[in-house]
Amino acid sequence: MAKPKQILDKSQLNLTLKRLMFEIVENVEDFDNFAIIGLQPRGVLFSRMLKSMLENEGKIKNLVYGELDITFYRDDYRRNESSLVPSKLDIDFDIEGRNILLVDDVLYTGRTIRAALDAIADFGRPKKVELMALIDRRYNRELPIEADYVGQTVDTRGTGLRVQVDLEGDTPKVTMVESKK
Amino acid sequence: MSALSTDHLLGIKDITKEDIETIFSTADNFKDVLNRPIKKVPSLRDITIVNLFFENSTRTRISFELAEKRLSADVINFSSSSSSVNKGETLIDTVNNILAMKVDMVVMRHPAPGAAKFLSQHIDSQIINAGDGTHEHPTQALLDAFTIREKLGTVKGKKVAIVGDILHSRVALSNIFCLQKLGAEVMVCGPQTLIPRHIRSLGVEVSHNLDEALAWCDVANMLRIQLERQEISYFPSLTDYQLQYGLTIPRLNKLKKEITIMHPGPINRGVEISSDIADSEHALILDQVENGVATRMAVLFLLANKK
Repeated sequence: MAKPKQILDKSQLNLTLKRLMFEIVENVEDFDNFAIIGLQPRGVLFSRMLKSMLENEGKIKNLVYGELDITFYRDDYRRNESSLVPSKLDIDFDIEGRNILLVDDVLYTGRTIRAALDAIADFGRPKKVELMALIDRRYNRELPIEADYVGQTVDTRGTGLRVQVDLEGDTPKVTMVESKK
Repeated sequence: MSALSTDHLLGIKDITKEDIETIFSTADNFKDVLNRPIKKVPSLRDITIVNLFFENSTRTRISFELAEKRLSADVINFSSSSSSVNKGETLIDTVNNILAMKVDMVVMRHPAPGAAKFLSQHIDSQIINAGDGTHEHPTQALLDAFTIREKLGTVKGKKVAIVGDILHSRVALSNIFCLQKLGAEVMVCGPQTLIPRHIRSLGVEVSHNLDEALAWCDVANMLRIQLERQEISYFPSLTDYQLQYGLTIPRLNKLKKEITIMHPGPINRGVEISSDIADSEHALILDQVENGVATRMAVLFLLANKK
């Protein structure tokens, strides 16, 4: 089995975040008709970092921001041993006709994003939905879903490793660690 | 926070404080859902639920049905008046026939105390008690406590007076268990004839004077006088009851504080509560109804996950 290894340390994470921030500033034409939606529970730590960087370094004013919980839309409900715990949902703007950027920390099977797209549809009909993932675990997809913005791509096939994103505290980092069995 | 400790919801007596808190925090999420343009989630779309009502009900049945539909479950409604129960079929036979059609959960109201528990021991399905005779009405107690928590911030340490027909009230018993588990103090108030003799053994205060109870409490839960259960006269007349135990504006004005008024409905206006109070901002009656749907969604969602 492969050894745990670091993918991004604090400074690399900061650089990646900055690059993603500039990609958004470059691509988004109208920030008034744009919104970032972070996915609960783990994607929101990343989306909040992105939000503050866009506001502070990207100088974007009145950035529309929300957080979405997809617990009630998951497709493994009642098929999973562990119980599902819903998180706070915070979307206080109109999604109708807006360009939405979904933000999650790790893109893996794509099922979370499938659920998020269903959840968003229940708030209205966005003009466009794009996806940003800090880490893209390629070759593990179970649904035809790809990210538009990717921080780092990793391949965990055959390693028995999973990706652990740790954004809290003074030394945020992304590492590959042994899968919980 | 974790899964519920029980596979059925038969009574508040059988569940833990942690269960109640899990239900509340899940209900918070569902309340958000209910305030959206599309008030529906797909969580229970592979589940079929039967609502078995052997006793009349408007609020509870509609509330359960709405909660089930908001969770995308398939719903069958059954009421005893239009069924084969009138042809002499037993409860177990009736329910087993319904379950043979692949039904996953049963929500039942029945006039016999213990009917829900009896059913849970004899059939292979999840049971939610929607009121069994004079025994328990767990979802009503949950929505009452949820409403207190929403209005006053917490249930712990609050003083709640339950006023009226305690003897026949399943709402009172479930409320006592629920409030005590959450750390509230409970007083029951009503005429001697409508207070069960050994109620003090549950650790509640007893008063036969409404003004005394109101002065003591933060929340007054005014119960309905159950005209259909007064097979003998427990008090001289409705007018007499109204004079002694009816909540009126002059009574509230005598208090030196504001209290919160609740009522599980249906209201007998002018008997246990006057119209002007029922329609005032102090009364949370319609908040209770609104919270009923979110609370029942939480119960159904959490129980469905146990299967």
